[in-house]
Amino acid sequence: MANATVFDRLFTPKKPIPRGVEVGAAIVVAGTLLAGWSGLTYSGYISSSFLPTPGEVWKSFVRMASNGTLIKHTAISLQEIYLGFFLSSVVAVPLGIFMGGFRIVAAMIEPIVNFMRYLPVTSLIPLLILWIGIGLEEKIAVIFLGTFFQQIVLVSDVARQVHEDLFNVSYTLGANRRQIVMRVLVPATMPGVLDTLRVTMGWAWTFLVVAELVAANAGLGYMILQAMRGLDPAAIFVGIFVIGVLGLLTDLAFKWIKNASMPWTHAR
Amino acid sequence: MGEVQIDNVSLRFNTRRAGTVIALETLSMTIPDKQFAVIVGPSGCGKSSLLDLVAGLKDVSDGHCSVDGRGVSKPGSDRGMVPQSYSLFPWLTVQKNVEFGLSLSGMPKAQRFDRANYYVDAVGLQAFRDAYPSQLSGGMKQRVAIARALAVNPEVLLMDEPFGALDSQTRSVMQELLLDIWEKEQKTVLFVTHDIDEALFLGDVVYVMSARPGRIIDTIDVDLDRPRDYEVVTSEHFIEMKRRIIGSLHAEVNKAMTMN
Repeated sequence: MANATVFDRLFTPKKPIPRGVEVGAAIVVAGTLLAGWSGLTYSGYISSSFLPTPGEVWKSFVRMASNGTLIKHTAISLQEIYLGFFLSSVVAVPLGIFMGGFRIVAAMIEPIVNFMRYLPVTSLIPLLILWIGIGLEEKIAVIFLGTFFQQIVLVSDVARQVHEDLFNVSYTLGANRRQIVMRVLVPATMPGVLDTLRVTMGWAWTFLVVAELVAANAGLGYMILQAMRGLDPAAIFVGIFVIGVLGLLTDLAFKWIKNASMPWTHAR
Repeated sequence: MGEVQIDNVSLRFNTRRAGTVIALETLSMTIPDKQFAVIVGPSGCGKSSLLDLVAGLKDVSDGHCSVDGRGVSKPGSDRGMVPQSYSLFPWLTVQKNVEFGLSLSGMPKAQRFDRANYYVDAVGLQAFRDAYPSQLSGGMKQRVAIARALAVNPEVLLMDEPFGALDSQTRSVMQELLLDIWEKEQKTVLFVTHDIDEALFLGDVVYVMSARPGRIIDTIDVDLDRPRDYEVVTSEHFIEMKRRIIGSLHAEVNKAMTMN
């Protein structure tokens, strides 16, 4: 297949394709979806009280962006998610590394962690509302409980998979136990930790929006709920798109941080 | 000084399936300072475990290991280790990998830089000083592992099939490189392999090990002149020694196969 044509390569598993074709394919699919949406709505085939036209969504976006609603709710959601996620990560990452690295830590906390991990955080929301209300603290608690136990398990798996030869060879180079932890175990887990944070951040978004949909007085989920009550589907779409874009940007930020801080993970 | 003494050493461990397994049984050998000793044996014969015992990474069940008269109780930088693979720190460059052991002991930066530099040059990787392990071939990675072990100036170098994962051309280049360095550095080497050619080409002495329980079943003094050249593997004497080792291993390999 040395002289395969572009056409051949498109249909051969794992073959690289030209950059132009790659970008083009993405545009074609996105364009088709947009065209389908436009066709269904502008033609009047689907009533705009169910599915607004792209134009209406755009107009809603401009209106909500200029009158400050969008920024207010986005700022509140971002504050909730970053605080909750930060608090969870700060505890879960070191604890996860110790759980993966030390059998005794695993023995102590693994049973509780596994129990909590299978408890859907959404089922705790009513209790949390009862205990701490519907403000910022409750959202942080939901995000914390939703991500913490997942992070701990994922990070401990990363730490557990560090190859034993790395420890052995370090001992023979004169490392003591503290050096084994700080200079071998911790750096060896860093790429996996960052991947874990990236993945769990996506889940944190879900928990946040659910919490805001259940009970809140501000935030993007609340904004969507208000739009539903006001029978304003265009505003619902604005909320959904904003959440999607924020999630995407966070994901890109994580990738960028990994590449910038760990050049060795992508050096070839 | 790096005389290694292995004195009536046994190693047993418990498994769920087979009960108590005797990996090594009352095994003794004395490796004089600066000798290149090779242990050859079938896989699973416990030859890697023997290295771990000398390194202090495993505890003997019976017997005693010592280096230069000091009993082995835990790992230390007087016994450097070169494992088969996966042993470089992927987050450190070649230079920093070689500096790693020196930085553990708190050697000043300039001094450890110079020292690591010297060994990076010695293994011929000066052009890859700032490369990460993921950018290196298998042979180059093992060169770094050797340089890293030598940089802390151990008395004994423990090598656990260090070239086992390399293709045969790279392997013979690495063997020559290792002999070259060994002649300059004058270290005691305990080298484990299952490759008979490799054992005879490198070693002053070759110990042939049996399958479980691991025992020494033959000892061959390799009286080939040094420095050795790869031509030597086709010499009559070399082939004669090789035949002897194959003979004693053959029965053992069969035994090992039926046991597992």
